[in-house]
Formats: sequence, C-alpha cells, structure tokens
Amino acid sequence: MQHEASAAQSPPSNSILDLAHLSVREVNELLHHAEGGDFLLTNPRGLHAIAAGLDGNFAITIAGHVGYYCAGMNKRAAVTIEGNAGTGVAENMMSGRVHVKGDASQSAGATGCGGLLVIDGNASARCGISLRGLDIVVKGSVGHVSAFMAQAGNLVVLGDAGDALGDSIYEARLFVRGRPRSLGSDCIEKELADQHKAALRQLLDAAGLGGSVDVAEFKRYGSARQLYNFRIENLGSY
Amino acid sequence: MCGIVGLFLKDAALEPDLGRLTAAMLNELSDRGPDSAGFAVYAPDAAETSKISAVAASGAPAWQVIAEDLAAALHAPVAVEVIEDHAIFKTCADGAAARAWLIDHVPGVSVLAQGRSIEIFKGVGAPAHVAARLKLAERRGTHAIGHTRMATESAVTIAGSHPFSTGADTCLVHNGSLSNHNQLRRLLQRAGERFLTDNDSEVAAGYITWRTRVGDSLTLALERALLELDGFFTFVVGTRTGFAVLRDPIACKPAVLAETDAWVAFGTEYRALALLPGVERAAIWEPEPATVYSWSRVSRHAA
Repeated sequence: MQHEASAAQSPPSNSILDLAHLSVREVNELLHHAEGGDFLLTNPRGLHAIAAGLDGNFAITIAGHVGYYCAGMNKRAAVTIEGNAGTGVAENMMSGRVHVKGDASQSAGATGCGGLLVIDGNASARCGISLRGLDIVVKGSVGHVSAFMAQAGNLVVLGDAGDALGDSIYEARLFVRGRPRSLGSDCIEKELADQHKAALRQLLDAAGLGGSVDVAEFKRYGSARQLYNFRIENLGSY
Repeated sequence: MCGIVGLFLKDAALEPDLGRLTAAMLNELSDRGPDSAGFAVYAPDAAETSKISAVAASGAPAWQVIAEDLAAALHAPVAVEVIEDHAIFKTCADGAAARAWLIDHVPGVSVLAQGRSIEIFKGVGAPAHVAARLKLAERRGTHAIGHTRMATESAVTIAGSHPFSTGADTCLVHNGSLSNHNQLRRLLQRAGERFLTDNDSEVAAGYITWRTRVGDSLTLALERALLELDGFFTFVVGTRTGFAVLRDPIACKPAVLAETDAWVAFGTEYRALALLPGVERAAIWEPEPATVYSWSRVSRHAA
C-alpha cells in the first residue's frame, strides 16, 4: 500500500513523495526526520540536491532525471536514480549505495569517503575527483581528468577514460577495461596481480555484474609516487 | 554562472509555441543569471524583407520618426513594430546598410541585430520579468536562443546582455569568459568587423561572423574558434537556418543537449529542458568538450 505524503506529517514507509507538489527542501526534511524505509520520489525534473544528506536504512527510488548534488553526503541509504544525474551526484558520500541508471555529469562521486556508486551509463569529466575511499563502478566511459588527486578508494571503468586519467593521484586504485586517452601527471599503469583481480571481482560483483565481466580484460593504474611525499610506512593509513 | 537555453524546431507545428517554450526554459534558469536576460528569435519574414532590431539606450526614441528618416536614407519604405522599449524595423532595402545607418545616425538607440529572420530582445532585471515585459511567449518562429546573465567581465547593462550579433542573422550566447578578446577584437576590426561594446562575448560573435563571411561553414568557423579563442566557454550559435553548440576543451561550463523528432534543445542544466513536450522520449546527452555540434534546417551532424 502506498501513500501520498504531505509536508505536515511524518511519512510512512513506502510513501510516494511527489516533487511536483513538495519542494526539495520539504522532501529532504521529511527524509531527514524518518528512521528509514522505502520511498519513491516522483517528478524530479532536474532539481538540485534531491535526497542529499540522508542517514538511515532507506531504499529511495527517484523516478527521472536529477540535477546537481543528488544523494550528496549519503550515509547508509540506497538511492536509485532512474535517469541521468547532474553535476556532483553522490558527492562526499560516506557509505551506502547510489545507483545511477542513466549517465552522470561531471564530478560524480567527488571527494567520496565510502560506500558504492554505480553508474550504468557514462560519467563525464572529473569522475571521482579527490576520491577518499568511495568505490565507483562506471559501466560506460568516464571523461577527462577523472580521479584527479584521488587519495583512496577504487574507480572501475568498463569503457574508456578521457584525457589525464588519475592526474596527481595518491593511493586510489583505477581499473579501466578500455583505453585511457592519456594518463595524468604521476599516474602510471601497474601490474594487475591476483590480489587486484580478486578486489576487482568483488567490486564488479557488488555492482551486480556477476561473472559477466572478465577481470583479466582490465588494466590497473595508480600513482608513480614521484609527485607527493609518499612514505611506505604510512601505507596503512590509505 | 549564466544560463543558456536554445530551442531549434524540426516540427513546424511547434512554431507558434516557440516563444512560450523558450520563455519557460529561460525562467527555469533565472537563478543562474538574475542580472539581465536576452533572447534571439528566428522568425522568417517575407523573402525580401530585412529586419533590424533596436532598443532604447536612453530616453524614449521617436521610433516612427526614426523609421521615416531611415526610409529617406535608404530610398525604400521602412515599417516599424514597437514592443516596449524595442523596435523591429522592416525594409526591402539592404539590411546591413540600414544597420550601419542606425548606428551612425541615431543616438540613444542600440542596434541589436540585422537579418532576414533574426529578432533580438534584451533587458536588465530578472529573466522572467524581461521575458514577460517583452512578450517573448507571443513570438513564433523556427528557433530561439536565450541567455540569463550573471555579469563577470563587464557591467550589468543592455550593452552587456546576450545574445550578441554582429553579422546578418548570426548570433552567439556565451557562458564563460575569454582572455584574449582585446587582441582578437583588434584583429577583427582590421578585418572589417564592427563592435558596439567592450564585451568579450561580442568578440566571439564577431569572430564567427568574420569566418562565415570569408566562406567558412558554421562548423568550420567553430572548429577554428577552438584554436583562436582562449578562455572558458560554452557557446550556442544561431544562424538563419542553423544551430550549433561548442564547449571549450576542458568543458568548464555545464551543458546538456536533447533531441527528439520534433526539436533539438540546449540547456545549461537539464531542468530547463524538463518542461519540453516529449522530453521523456528525448535522447539526452552532455556535449563532449572541443566538439562542434550543429544542426541545420536540412540535416544534423556532429563534426
């Protein structure tokens, strides 16, 4: 049974929240006050900051295309966007899972600290910029300067990467099945050893790709550790 | 910031709705550019008619008197349609000559555009108010380009408002800023282009006018622009029969394109496109950096 929620009441689980009638601020406040639950958000129409700042056991489905910063700062919640996402989807997410069924614009998963971001389509420029522990799986390709200054976490790309992949990268791991147009400063190809294949297998499984993708087809990229003051004794902190 | 919208109709049945749809799109991007707004509407007139768009820069111009003086100078009849502080002069005489005469002889008036099809309107203030005051929703036509401006490089005036048009039926809107516009302006002035403002974006419009005047296609002119214009830009360009989009090589400024069988639309953000009829069936994509996308009344190709 689904209910149409209004701003005045606390939403029951399994509610439809219609952004044609509720403002983004009203919807986000309702979700911030709820413990968790399943919600369907309709008529997103490219609005900004939809479902940003969630902290709880939510399963949120957004029926359409979203604007900037959707599901930003996400903790624990599972957010599915049934369309394209604008700039900065899942930016600074902490945990949980964000799934974009269409394409994502630039800076997807920027500064993300944890959790999983899955993009079924392409992500444009600066995907995973300043990554800090989030795992990103892009089933299409990523644009230029992706994983710029990425510190920790994983970026998996089934397609190609644009110019300057991993520019000024720290200790994030990049797996690309296609071809990067160029590698950024201090980013190099590295050996894809068995432990990397196992980690990649886990990431692909988590993204729902099961056995359909062969991990041996990927190349691994990471830091040459020439550009920053890398000390091996600090490796455990990444 | 700044917001750009563009709507290029393929289905003639939508032509009566062009202004209404463009006004609604522009309104969605008000918060990206609350300083001023402007729009170009391409509305083909009788085959031999040239239209010259002008706006009062100070006071209340006597548009009828100006039209009579222009007719005497051109030795041809001139009609005038007055819309608030704007006027559209129509004549079968040479449009470029009419534009030049207005610029040289009528103080207190800014000439905005000239061509067979193009009409340009601009105003300072909130985009929704500008569009309502200038009755954008009532304009019909084949394609339109609008701009909401957050001023960075020059003052909040009508002169600084987009679209910029320096050549017949060609206009350009710009989100970003150019850093070599002074040098380019001098080069273009030597090549015969005439500029009416100090704005960097007018130089980009003049560049496209120059290149197409010397024989480049719109696509080739934009490919050359990638080599010669230094700075940040998303451009949307209109010609009498064409519509084109170009982003700088690092794609600094946001852009979304959408296409259906009935139209092609550009928005700085998707939310400007969300209200278009049939958008749920549109192909929607982010234009690649340094790639020219162009459409014409005949065909479409990405170069």
